[in-house]
Amino acid sequence: MPAKLVFLGRLEDIVGTGELAVTPGPLEQVLTTLDPALAVELLGERVRMALNGALLGDSDAVVLAEGDELAFLPPVSGG
Amino acid sequence: MADVRLLGEGFSPPEEMAAFTAAHPAAGGIVSFLGQVRAEPGPHAVEALELKHYAAMTLPGMEALAAATRARWALDGLLIIHRYGVMHPGDPIVLVAAAARHRRDAFAAADFAMDHLKSQSWFWKREKTAAGWRWIEPRPDDHRDLARW
Repeated sequence: MPAKLVFLGRLEDIVGTGELAVTPGPLEQVLTTLDPALAVELLGERVRMALNGALLGDSDAVVLAEGDELAFLPPVSGG
Repeated sequence: MADVRLLGEGFSPPEEMAAFTAAHPAAGGIVSFLGQVRAEPGPHAVEALELKHYAAMTLPGMEALAAATRARWALDGLLIIHRYGVMHPGDPIVLVAAAARHRRDAFAAADFAMDHLKSQSWFWKREKTAAGWRWIEPRPDDHRDLARW
Protein backbone atom coordinates (compact mmCIF):
# COMPACT_ATOMS: atom_id res chain seq x y z
CA MET A 1 0.00 0.00 0.00
CA PRO A 2 1.47 3.37 -0.99
CA ALA A 3 1.63 6.54 1.08
CA LYS A 4 0.06 9.74 -0.14
CA LEU A 5 1.36 13.28 -0.58
CA VAL A 6 -1.24 16.07 -0.54
CA PHE A 7 -0.57 19.52 -2.02
CA LEU A 8 -2.65 22.47 -0.86
CA GLY A 9 -3.15 25.97 -2.21
CA ARG A 10 -0.72 27.16 -4.88
CA LEU A 11 1.34 23.97 -4.44
CA GLU A 12 -1.44 22.04 -6.16
CA ASP A 13 -1.00 24.22 -9.26
CA ILE A 14 2.79 23.89 -9.17
CA VAL A 15 2.67 20.10 -8.88
CA GLY A 16 -0.23 19.81 -11.30
CA THR A 17 -2.21 17.51 -9.02
CA GLY A 18 -3.65 17.64 -5.51
CA GLU A 19 -2.50 14.18 -4.50
CA LEU A 20 0.31 11.83 -5.37
CA ALA A 21 0.76 8.18 -4.39
CA VAL A 22 4.36 7.43 -3.38
CA THR A 23 6.38 4.50 -2.08
CA PRO A 24 6.64 4.67 1.74
CA GLY A 25 10.00 5.53 3.31
CA PRO A 26 12.00 8.46 4.70
CA LEU A 27 10.84 11.80 3.30
CA GLU A 28 14.25 12.61 1.80
CA GLN A 29 14.02 9.42 -0.20
CA VAL A 30 10.44 10.10 -1.30
CA LEU A 31 11.39 13.60 -2.47
CA THR A 32 14.21 12.32 -4.66
CA THR A 33 11.55 10.71 -6.86
CA LEU A 34 10.05 14.15 -7.60
CA ASP A 35 11.19 16.97 -9.87
CA PRO A 36 14.06 18.70 -7.96
CA ALA A 37 12.53 22.17 -8.47
CA LEU A 38 9.31 20.88 -6.99
CA ALA A 39 11.09 19.34 -4.00
CA VAL A 40 12.68 22.74 -3.30
CA GLU A 41 9.23 24.37 -3.31
CA LEU A 42 7.87 21.74 -0.93
CA LEU A 43 10.73 22.21 1.52
CA GLY A 44 10.40 26.03 1.50
CA GLU A 45 10.51 27.51 4.98
CA ARG A 46 6.98 28.90 4.69
CA VAL A 47 5.52 25.50 3.87
CA ARG A 48 4.33 23.50 6.89
CA MET A 49 3.75 19.76 6.88
CA ALA A 50 1.05 17.67 8.50
CA LEU A 51 1.16 13.90 8.88
CA ASN A 52 -2.30 12.29 8.95
CA GLY A 53 -3.88 15.61 9.90
CA ALA A 54 -1.40 16.51 12.69
CA LEU A 55 0.93 19.46 12.18
CA LEU A 56 4.64 18.58 12.32
CA GLY A 57 7.37 20.58 14.01
CA ASP A 58 10.28 21.92 11.92
CA SER A 59 12.73 19.39 13.30
CA ASP A 60 10.56 16.31 13.10
CA ALA A 61 12.11 13.59 10.95
CA VAL A 62 9.43 12.21 8.64
CA VAL A 63 9.27 8.57 7.64
CA LEU A 64 6.18 7.63 5.69
CA ALA A 65 4.53 4.31 6.48
CA GLU A 66 2.01 2.54 4.29
CA GLY A 67 -1.26 4.48 4.15
CA ASP A 68 0.23 7.64 5.65
CA GLU A 69 -0.94 10.99 4.30
CA LEU A 70 1.60 13.81 4.30
CA ALA A 71 0.21 17.26 3.48
CA PHE A 72 2.22 20.28 2.35
CA LEU A 73 0.58 23.47 3.61
CA PRO A 74 1.58 26.88 2.22
CA PRO A 75 0.64 30.03 4.20
CA VAL A 76 -3.12 30.22 4.73
CA SER A 77 -5.38 33.03 3.57
CA GLY A 78 -8.92 32.45 4.73
CA GLY A 79 -12.00 34.41 5.70
CA MET B 1 -22.55 24.54 22.69
CA ALA B 2 -21.09 25.67 19.42
CA ASP B 3 -22.50 25.22 15.92
CA VAL B 4 -19.53 24.88 13.56
CA ARG B 5 -20.03 24.18 9.87
CA LEU B 6 -17.82 23.97 6.78
CA LEU B 7 -20.08 24.32 3.74
CA GLY B 8 -19.51 23.60 0.06
CA GLU B 9 -22.69 25.43 -0.96
CA GLY B 10 -24.22 28.83 -0.33
CA PHE B 11 -26.12 29.68 2.84
CA SER B 12 -28.52 32.39 3.95
CA PRO B 13 -27.06 34.62 6.70
CA PRO B 14 -30.50 36.08 7.64
CA GLU B 15 -31.97 32.61 8.08
CA GLU B 16 -28.96 31.43 10.08
CA MET B 17 -29.13 34.50 12.33
CA ALA B 18 -32.87 34.07 12.87
CA ALA B 19 -32.34 30.44 13.93
CA PHE B 20 -29.36 31.30 16.14
CA THR B 21 -31.23 34.15 17.83
CA ALA B 22 -34.28 31.95 18.44
CA ALA B 23 -32.05 29.25 19.95
CA HIS B 24 -30.62 31.64 22.56
CA PRO B 25 -33.49 33.56 24.14
CA ALA B 26 -31.57 34.02 27.40
CA ALA B 27 -28.75 35.91 25.71
CA GLY B 28 -28.90 39.66 26.31
CA GLY B 29 -26.67 40.36 23.34
CA ILE B 30 -25.74 38.74 20.06
CA VAL B 31 -22.85 39.99 17.93
CA SER B 32 -22.40 38.74 14.39
CA PHE B 33 -19.88 39.24 11.61
CA LEU B 34 -20.58 38.46 7.96
CA GLY B 35 -17.77 38.28 5.43
CA GLN B 36 -18.80 38.41 1.78
CA VAL B 37 -17.14 38.48 -1.61
CA ARG B 38 -16.43 42.09 -2.48
CA ALA B 39 -18.19 43.57 -5.51
CA GLU B 40 -16.09 46.39 -6.89
CA PRO B 41 -15.95 48.07 -10.26
CA GLY B 42 -12.87 48.47 -12.41
CA PRO B 43 -10.22 46.36 -14.12
CA HIS B 44 -9.12 44.70 -10.87
CA ALA B 45 -12.64 43.63 -9.95
CA VAL B 46 -12.88 40.14 -8.51
CA GLU B 47 -15.10 37.99 -10.72
CA ALA B 48 -14.85 34.90 -8.55
CA LEU B 49 -13.12 33.69 -5.43
CA GLU B 50 -12.24 30.12 -4.55
CA LEU B 51 -11.45 28.81 -1.10
CA LYS B 52 -9.79 25.42 -0.83
CA HIS B 53 -9.81 23.44 2.38
CA TYR B 54 -8.11 20.28 3.63
CA ALA B 55 -10.58 17.75 4.96
CA ALA B 56 -8.14 16.29 7.50
CA MET B 57 -7.54 19.64 9.19
CA THR B 58 -9.91 22.48 8.29
CA LEU B 59 -13.08 21.51 10.14
CA PRO B 60 -11.17 20.02 13.13
CA GLY B 61 -9.28 23.33 13.35
CA MET B 62 -12.52 25.34 13.29
CA GLU B 63 -13.92 23.15 16.05
CA ALA B 64 -10.79 23.68 18.16
CA LEU B 65 -11.13 27.44 17.62
CA ALA B 66 -14.76 27.31 18.74
CA ALA B 67 -13.74 25.41 21.89
CA ALA B 68 -10.99 27.95 22.64
CA THR B 69 -13.44 30.83 22.14
CA ARG B 70 -16.03 29.29 24.43
CA ALA B 71 -13.40 28.58 27.07
CA ARG B 72 -12.29 32.23 27.10
CA TRP B 73 -15.64 34.05 27.29
CA ALA B 74 -18.93 33.32 29.00
CA LEU B 75 -21.15 32.56 26.01
CA ASP B 76 -24.64 31.16 25.64
CA GLY B 77 -23.89 30.12 22.08
CA LEU B 78 -21.39 30.38 19.26
CA LEU B 79 -21.97 29.99 15.52
CA ILE B 80 -19.18 29.60 12.97
CA ILE B 81 -20.07 28.94 9.33
CA HIS B 82 -17.35 29.03 6.65
CA ARG B 83 -17.67 28.36 2.94
CA TYR B 84 -15.29 26.58 0.64
CA GLY B 85 -15.51 26.28 -3.15
CA VAL B 86 -16.14 28.93 -5.79
CA MET B 87 -18.02 32.09 -4.80
CA HIS B 88 -19.04 35.26 -6.61
CA PRO B 89 -19.40 38.92 -5.60
CA GLY B 90 -22.08 39.30 -2.95
CA ASP B 91 -21.90 35.66 -1.82
CA PRO B 92 -21.44 35.11 1.91
CA ILE B 93 -18.07 33.54 2.85
CA VAL B 94 -18.10 33.43 6.62
CA LEU B 95 -20.62 34.06 9.38
CA VAL B 96 -19.64 34.21 13.04
CA ALA B 97 -22.11 34.95 15.82
CA ALA B 98 -21.66 34.96 19.58
CA ALA B 99 -24.52 35.08 22.07
CA ALA B 100 -23.86 36.14 25.66
CA ARG B 101 -25.56 37.57 28.73
CA HIS B 102 -23.61 40.78 28.26
CA ARG B 103 -22.45 42.51 25.13
CA ARG B 104 -18.72 42.76 25.89
CA ASP B 105 -18.27 39.00 25.91
CA ALA B 106 -20.21 38.71 22.65
CA PHE B 107 -18.18 41.43 20.89
CA ALA B 108 -14.84 40.04 22.05
CA ALA B 109 -15.65 36.42 21.25
CA ALA B 110 -16.80 37.22 17.69
CA ASP B 111 -13.72 39.41 17.12
CA PHE B 112 -11.37 36.71 18.46
CA ALA B 113 -12.97 33.97 16.36
CA MET B 114 -12.78 36.07 13.18
CA ASP B 115 -9.13 37.06 13.67
CA HIS B 116 -8.21 33.40 14.06
CA LEU B 117 -10.35 32.26 11.15
CA LYS B 118 -8.61 34.80 8.91
CA SER B 119 -5.05 34.01 9.83
CA GLN B 120 -4.89 30.56 11.39
CA SER B 121 -7.54 28.41 9.78
CA TRP B 122 -6.67 25.99 7.02
CA PHE B 123 -8.01 27.79 3.97
CA TRP B 124 -6.27 28.77 0.76
CA LYS B 125 -7.78 31.50 -1.36
CA ARG B 126 -7.49 32.43 -4.98
CA GLU B 127 -9.21 35.20 -6.87
CA LYS B 128 -10.22 35.51 -10.49
CA THR B 129 -9.93 38.91 -12.14
CA ALA B 130 -9.78 39.91 -15.81
CA ALA B 131 -6.12 38.77 -15.64
CA GLY B 132 -7.01 35.25 -14.56
CA TRP B 133 -6.73 33.26 -11.32
CA ARG B 134 -4.23 34.33 -8.66
CA TRP B 135 -3.42 32.81 -5.26
CA ILE B 136 -3.78 35.25 -2.36
CA GLU B 137 -0.98 35.42 0.19
CA PRO B 138 -1.75 36.29 3.81
CA ARG B 139 -1.58 40.00 4.67
CA PRO B 140 0.75 41.28 7.42
CA ASP B 141 -2.38 42.77 9.02
CA ASP B 142 -3.74 39.30 9.59
CA HIS B 143 -0.75 38.46 11.78
CA ARG B 144 -0.91 41.79 13.59
CA ASP B 145 -4.56 41.09 14.32
CA LEU B 146 -3.59 37.82 15.99
CA ALA B 147 -1.09 39.54 18.26
CA ARG B 148 -4.01 41.44 19.85
CA TRP B 149 -4.99 38.27 21.69
